[in-house]
Amino acid sequence: MTVKPNSFRTGPDERGHFGIFGGRYVAETLMPLILELDAAYEAAKRDPGFQAELDALHATYTGRPSPLYFAERLTAHLGGAKIYFKRDELNHTGSHKINNCLGQILLARRMGKTRIIAETGAGQHGVASATVCARFGFPCEVYMGATDVQRQAPNVFRMKLLGATVHPVTAGHGTLKDAMNEALRDWVTNVESTYYLIGTAAGPHPYPAMVRDFQSVIGKETREQILAAEGRLPDVLVAAVGGGSNAIGLFHPFLDDDGVAIYGVEAGGHGLDVHNGHAASLTGGRPGVLHGNRTYLLQDDDGQILEGHSISAGLDYPGIGPEHSFLKDTGRVTYVPITDEETLEAFQLLTKVEGIIPALEPAHALAQVVKLAPTLDKDQIIVMNLCGRGDKDVFTVGKLLGFDL
Amino acid sequence: MSIPTHRPVTRIDAKVAAVKAEGRPALVTFVTAGDPDYDTSLQILKALPKAGADIVEFGMPFSDPMAEGPPIQAATLRALKAGQTMARTLDMVRAFRAEDDATPIVLMGYYNPIYSYGVDRFLADAKAAGVDGLIIVDLPPEEDEELCLPALAAGVSFIRLATPTTDDRRLPAVLANTSGFVYYVSITGITGAGSADPTRVAEAVARIKRHTDLPVMVGFGVKTPAQAAAIGAAADGVVVGSALVNVVRDSLDGEGRATAGTVEAVAGLVRALAEGVRSARPVAAE
Repeated sequence: MTVKPNSFRTGPDERGHFGIFGGRYVAETLMPLILELDAAYEAAKRDPGFQAELDALHATYTGRPSPLYFAERLTAHLGGAKIYFKRDELNHTGSHKINNCLGQILLARRMGKTRIIAETGAGQHGVASATVCARFGFPCEVYMGATDVQRQAPNVFRMKLLGATVHPVTAGHGTLKDAMNEALRDWVTNVESTYYLIGTAAGPHPYPAMVRDFQSVIGKETREQILAAEGRLPDVLVAAVGGGSNAIGLFHPFLDDDGVAIYGVEAGGHGLDVHNGHAASLTGGRPGVLHGNRTYLLQDDDGQILEGHSISAGLDYPGIGPEHSFLKDTGRVTYVPITDEETLEAFQLLTKVEGIIPALEPAHALAQVVKLAPTLDKDQIIVMNLCGRGDKDVFTVGKLLGFDL
Repeated sequence: MSIPTHRPVTRIDAKVAAVKAEGRPALVTFVTAGDPDYDTSLQILKALPKAGADIVEFGMPFSDPMAEGPPIQAATLRALKAGQTMARTLDMVRAFRAEDDATPIVLMGYYNPIYSYGVDRFLADAKAAGVDGLIIVDLPPEEDEELCLPALAAGVSFIRLATPTTDDRRLPAVLANTSGFVYYVSITGITGAGSADPTRVAEAVARIKRHTDLPVMVGFGVKTPAQAAAIGAAADGVVVGSALVNVVRDSLDGEGRATAGTVEAVAGLVRALAEGVRSARPVAAE
């Protein structure tokens, strides 16, 4: 177990470790590039012009700050704590993914790269990557599992409209981890020209820290907004975790606030007792090494990676960002699984009670809010990250509910 | 940070010296353990040295082989589907060693199956089974404390990959804890993809040799006896992998099962490659 630190916000160390997690487990061909990226990101962080340009783009292109919304009817419906949503689903492209993509595209330009590659599961990161590539004039190639290409057809078309090339990946089982393998194979082949725009707070150092930093705008805004609205910090934060980027973005600015309880919600799929029937790496997996970092993984007894399952293509990943593994082992964040069924109910509830169609990813977080809110007092406050909108999921949900779309 | 280590002396060193005395490059052959099934794979393993392989690289299957092209990805899936595990891979090495105590065996693969097995337990079992070296694709020198230093302490060589992106500034770190030989990856890319240019390979090998006295074997993109001869002339040896697993694939029946010709097909290509390295003529004086 990792020793409890004085602060939860100091990681990673210079070699990219959060406790025993993280690191740089990559092929030698990539290692010089990883070191170059690390140096470039450190330099960008110290350059006030870099942050100023990112802030300006967020203000006028992304639509930041995203509102903090008091869900009055849902609060009354559940009859417990006050529920607020951080509305990152209102961002340009419909999710939190743009926060990270804008930061990394500015870095890629700064590094003189001429070609962008990305992996995507649900297609939200692919769409956000294709968007920033269109905005900055980069060719963009997106690797997407063939299974996901089928179940997320609207996002595939969006990416193509935006000028990206979408490569369906048939290797393995054709989902997000296979797309990431294929993106890594592209990168190792085109190292000089290519920037790999990883979509979540995972992968080799510096990606987990860098993506977290770009997503932390969520938590920083939330902190200011809740102080303005309530005059105090929330009692509870809730966010969905797939790779974990929206969650770490919300959580990180609050990690050292003892009074704030934090919940990360994993994809429980058909249930943790169903073999390979969920994508809950933290609550149903064990530590291992994949895609450049040590972290909790879904794997069999021989260390072979499992595919996992979730109703949501965006959570269907057998790993998790290494900082979440650290936060689990230190006990700072409580990780819980939510099943497909609970997610579908929460999805419909929010739509009917608040007039907001959430993506299936934050619908997992919402299902946890549904469980938590009635157990808390009416003067307590929950903030949930509503990290994506559900337009992309209406076909999936329609099929499950028996509608013929 | 790194504790001073000595280089383990294994069958690799004896074999490299013997091949050097013959005045030719070494032939290093890669096949995936358990491809297409346990019994056939063990027969292939035993046939390799008899057909002229000097050093055997045995791939430990992993579900997510990030540096491999389609041929070795497919071989990995065949092996896993046939039930290959780390324990079975070590069983095969043990069975091989019962008959051959001279041919070096290097296990090649990715870290997670070893981490899952347990590093100390793995090294003890591998050493006892007769493994001489390890090539672990996703463990760069930055992560030497994970497996490299324990392996050296256990008397198992840790063979590092050097690549076209490994510049002179980085080479000393890459070579520091390497033993047995250095594996030069001749292209930026995945296994079985492009073909290496012998002139550029010769330059790269010469560059690496300015930093080390270890032999340099060249792999990725060596497919034919002619390429083995041309690349071999510029190095201490060549590694052939994807071409061999493609021969396995081509020998299978409609259901993906081994046929009577599978083992002989692999041995046939190895014999031709062995002739290739024996016809190699050094291109540049060292």
